[in-house]
Amino acid sequence: MVGDRTVAQLVAAARGGDRRAAARLLTLVEQGGQPADEVAGATHQLVDNAHVVGVTGPPGAGKSTLTAALTTLLADQGRRPAVLAVDPSSPLTGGAILGDRVRMVEATAAGVFIRSMATRGHAGGLALAVPGMVRVLDAAGFDPVVVETVGVGQVEVDVATAADTVLVVVTPGMGDAVQANKAGLLEVADLFAVNKSDRPNAADARRDLELMLDLSDMTGHRRAGSPGRPVIVSTVATTGGGVEELARAVDDHLEALVSSGSLAVRRQGRRSAEVRSRLDHLLLEASAAAVASASADGSAGREAPGATAQRLADHLLGGSDYTG
Amino acid sequence: MSGDPPIRVVLAKLGLDGHDRGLKVVARILRDAGMEVVYLGLRQTTETIVDAVEQEDADVVGISMLNAGHLTLGPRIVDALAEAGLDVPVVIGGIVPDEDRPALADAGVAGVLGPGAPIEEVVAGIRDAVAARGR
Amino acid sequence: MTEGPFRTLSGIPVEAVYGDGPLPGEFPYTRGVHPDMYRSRLWTMRMFAGFGTAEDTNARFRELLRSGGTGLSTAFDMPTLMGRDSDHEWAMGEVGRAGVAVDTVEDMADLFAGIDLGAVSTSMTINGPAPILLAMYVVVAEESGVERSRLAGTLQNDILKEYQAQKEYLFPPRPSVRLVTDVIRFTTAEMPRWNPVSVSGYHIREAGSTAAQELAFTLANGFAYVEAACAAGLPVDSFAPRLSFFNSHVDFFEEVGKFRAARRIWARWMRDRYGATDERSLKLRFHTQTAGVSLTAQQPEVNIARVALQALAGVMGGTQSLHTDSHDEALALPTAEAARIALRSQQVIAHETGVASVADPLGGSHYVEWMTDELERRAEEVFAHLDELGGGSLLEGVHAAIESGWFVGEIADAAYRYEREVNSGDRIVVGVNAFTEGNDSRQADLLRIDQETEDLQRRRLDAVRRSRDERAVATSLSRVAADAAEPTTNLLPALLEAVSVRATLGEVVDVLEGVFGTYVERTVV
Repeated sequence: MVGDRTVAQLVAAARGGDRRAAARLLTLVEQGGQPADEVAGATHQLVDNAHVVGVTGPPGAGKSTLTAALTTLLADQGRRPAVLAVDPSSPLTGGAILGDRVRMVEATAAGVFIRSMATRGHAGGLALAVPGMVRVLDAAGFDPVVVETVGVGQVEVDVATAADTVLVVVTPGMGDAVQANKAGLLEVADLFAVNKSDRPNAADARRDLELMLDLSDMTGHRRAGSPGRPVIVSTVATTGGGVEELARAVDDHLEALVSSGSLAVRRQGRRSAEVRSRLDHLLLEASAAAVASASADGSAGREAPGATAQRLADHLLGGSDYTG
Repeated sequence: MSGDPPIRVVLAKLGLDGHDRGLKVVARILRDAGMEVVYLGLRQTTETIVDAVEQEDADVVGISMLNAGHLTLGPRIVDALAEAGLDVPVVIGGIVPDEDRPALADAGVAGVLGPGAPIEEVVAGIRDAVAARGR
Repeated sequence: MTEGPFRTLSGIPVEAVYGDGPLPGEFPYTRGVHPDMYRSRLWTMRMFAGFGTAEDTNARFRELLRSGGTGLSTAFDMPTLMGRDSDHEWAMGEVGRAGVAVDTVEDMADLFAGIDLGAVSTSMTINGPAPILLAMYVVVAEESGVERSRLAGTLQNDILKEYQAQKEYLFPPRPSVRLVTDVIRFTTAEMPRWNPVSVSGYHIREAGSTAAQELAFTLANGFAYVEAACAAGLPVDSFAPRLSFFNSHVDFFEEVGKFRAARRIWARWMRDRYGATDERSLKLRFHTQTAGVSLTAQQPEVNIARVALQALAGVMGGTQSLHTDSHDEALALPTAEAARIALRSQQVIAHETGVASVADPLGGSHYVEWMTDELERRAEEVFAHLDELGGGSLLEGVHAAIESGWFVGEIADAAYRYEREVNSGDRIVVGVNAFTEGNDSRQADLLRIDQETEDLQRRRLDAVRRSRDERAVATSLSRVAADAAEPTTNLLPALLEAVSVRATLGEVVDVLEGVFGTYVERTVV
C-alpha cells in the first residue's frame, strides 16, 4: 500500500491521467528493493508504446533548453511528452541540486511532465534505476519519454543506450564533437543536434562531426541495428530555430527503426541489458558476501586464491557444498 | 548516507522579488545535508509550484520571502497545495517578524526560518516539517 | 558646507591634505576627486526613502529635508521596479510595500508636491523601466514650470547588474543596453545636470560577492556602457558616466581601499583605453550605501554602530554622497525615528569627528596603500578575463559572461563561502554567532504597510484612466512601438509624449515587451 492506494491502483490511475499517481510510482522505483520490484511487476507488460529518446552531450550544450523546446513543440502538436532529467548527486553528501526543471519553464507551461532525478548512490549506477522509471512513464501513456543526462562518462552512455533513439547535442567552438567522440557517444548516437548554431563556428562543428562519422563508416563503429548514418540538425534552442526539423528527424528515426525491423531488436536488447545489469548486480553482491565468509572462516588462508574462487563459484553456480 | 531515501525539496520564490541570494545558499545547504533540491528559483506562481510538487513527488516546499508579503502569499501557497490534494508542508524562510509567526501557523504554514538562521537550524527546520507530516 | 579655519577639537590647526605623491584632485584621483574634498563641500546626505502611496513618501521626503537631508532618493515598489501597474495580477500584495507605487505621471507629481525640483537633486533607484520614470519626472518638472535643463539628479539605470545580481530585468540584455544609451544621449543633449547612469556595485555585493568582485564587476559594467555609448556615436568626453554606487560593508580598510582603487582604475582606463581627455570624464564620483546585508535582526540597536562605522569608511574613502541604513531594516522598511537616527550618524561624522577636515586622511598608511593596490590587481584580473571573453571588447565580454551565467556563479560561490564561515564560527557576526546575550529583546515597533494602500492606489489608477484622452494614449503607444523597432531612434521623445498623456507604466512596458521580448535567465544555482 502506498498512502491509501495499492501499486495496482496507482498504475491504473496513472494510466487514466493521474499525474500524482505516476509521480508516486516513480518514487517507489527510485527507492529500489521490494517497492521497485512491485512496480516493475505491475508495469512491465504495459510498455513499448512510447518512443524513448535519450538526450545527452557535454555540459553547457543547451540540452535542457533544447529538450524544453522540442517537447513543447510536441505537446502543442497533441502529443504527451514526459522528461526524465538526470543530474549528478554529490558523492560526498548524497544530495543534489536538480536544476533542469527551472530551465524548462515553457515546457511545464505546455503540460509536459518533468521529473528530476539524481544519480544517488544507485548501486550499479543509473543503468539500474532509469529503465524502471521509463517503464512507469511508458505505462502511464506518456509519449515520447525523453531521458536527459549530462553525457561525458560511461554511466551516461549506458543510460543513453537504454533509449530507442539517442540524440547527442553539441555546440560549436568548444571541441564538443571531439569530446563526444572520446566519451564514446559517436558510437551510440542516432542523431546529432548542433545547438547554438547561430555562433560563428557552427559550420566547423558540423564539418567535424561529418568527418568523424565518415571515419565511423569506414571502421564500422555504429550502434547495433542502425538504419543508416546519423542525421545532423542545426538548432538554436533559445529561439526555436531548427526545432521543427529536429522533431521530424526524431520521428523519422523511429519510423526507420520500425520499417527496418530494428526497433523490436533494439527493445529486446534493452530488456536483455537490464536483465544483465540486475544479474551482474546480484552476482556482485553474492560474490562479496561469499568472499567475506571465506575470509571470516579462515578457509581462504588454507588454499591458493584461485582454488578459493573456484570453490566459491562452484557453490554459487553449481550448488556444490560450500565448505572447503 | 543513511538507508532512507533523500528528502526531496522544492525551493522557490513567489511574486516579483528578485533577491535570490538566500534561496541559493539554502539550496546548497540542503544539498550538503544530503537532500535533493528541485530549484525553481524566482518569480514562480502557485501553479508552477503545485505542478512541481506533484510531478517531483516532493516531501516539502521551501519559500523565500523578503518583501513583507508573507501574510498574503504564505496562506495562498498552503491553500493551493491543499486544493490540489497535495499534503506537503510549506516552510517559509526570510524576513518574518516574530509577531507574525502565530498567524502563519494558523494558516497552515509548517515552519518559519528567520534571517540569519544557522545552517543546522535550516536543515532541522526542513527535516522536522517532513517528519511532522509523517512522510 | 563646512567652515574654516580647520582645527581639531583641542584647537590644533590641520592642513587640507598630508603626504606626497599625487594629491586629491590630481590624476589618477586615488586620493579623491577634489583637492579640498569635504572642506569645499560635504558629501550629500541622501537618504533613500519610499513606501506606500506617493503622498506617504512625499511626507517622508519633506521630513528628511527638514531634518537636514540634502538630496532626495526614491525607492519604488516591486511592481513599479518591474514595470507593472498596481492592478496587475503580479502586483497583488506588493503595492507600496518595498517602496512607493508609481503608475502614472500623476503619482510622480504627488510624490514631489511642494518640493521645488529646480532646487533639489533627486536620485531615482530604478533600472528596467528607468527611461519611463525619467520621462515622468521631466513632465512633472515642466508642468510645474521648471525646464528640464535645470534638473539635477541621478537615474540608476544600470541594467547590466540586474542580470548579474538584482534580477529586476524586463527585456533581454541588448535592447536594454540600447535603452540605457538612449537615456545617456538624451540627458547629454538636454539635461546637463543629470547623471544618466549610476553604475552600481551595491547590489552585486548584497548578492554575496567579495569586495574585489564588487569593484571589478561594477567598473566592467561602467566600461561596457562607455563602449555602448561610443558605438552610438557619442564622443566619450560628452557623456562619460561620472557616478557609481557602492556598498560600504563591514571590513573597514577593505572598503577604503576599494573606493580608492575604484577611482584610480577608472581614471586610467578612461584616459588610456577610451581616450577621454576631459578631467570630468576621468574623475569617478560615487554614492555609498551602508550594507543592508550586514544588518542583523538580533539585537537590532547594534546595527546603529555597524552603520556608523560603515558610513565612516565611506567618508574616509572619499564618497560624494551617502545613505545610512536604519537599524530596524533587517526586518522591515525603516520607521521615521530610525531613519532620523541614521541621518544623525552622518551628521556626527560630518560635524563632530573632524574627519571631514582633511582629504584622504588614510592616504600614506602602509596598510591602506597596499589594500588599494591589491584590490586594483584583483580587479585587473577580472577585466582581463572579460576582455578575452569579448575578443577585446568589455561590452561583449560582459554580455558573454551574463549569458553563460559566470557572474551569477561567482557571486553564488562567494555567498556560500561566507555562509559556511559564519556557520563554522570562522567569521564572527555579533548577535548572530557570538555575543548573543540580549537577543531576546522585544522587536521594536515595525513599519507596516497595509492592504488599504493597495486599494487606494488602484483607485487612483482608475481615476487617471477615466479622466484621460484614450485616443491620445493609443496614438502615443503606437509611436513608442514604432520607435522601439528602430534601433537607432532615441525612445525618449516618444516616452515623454506617452507619459504626458497619462499612459501608464504598465502600458508602456507591455508595448516595449512586444518589440524587445522578455528575458529568461539561465539559472545557475
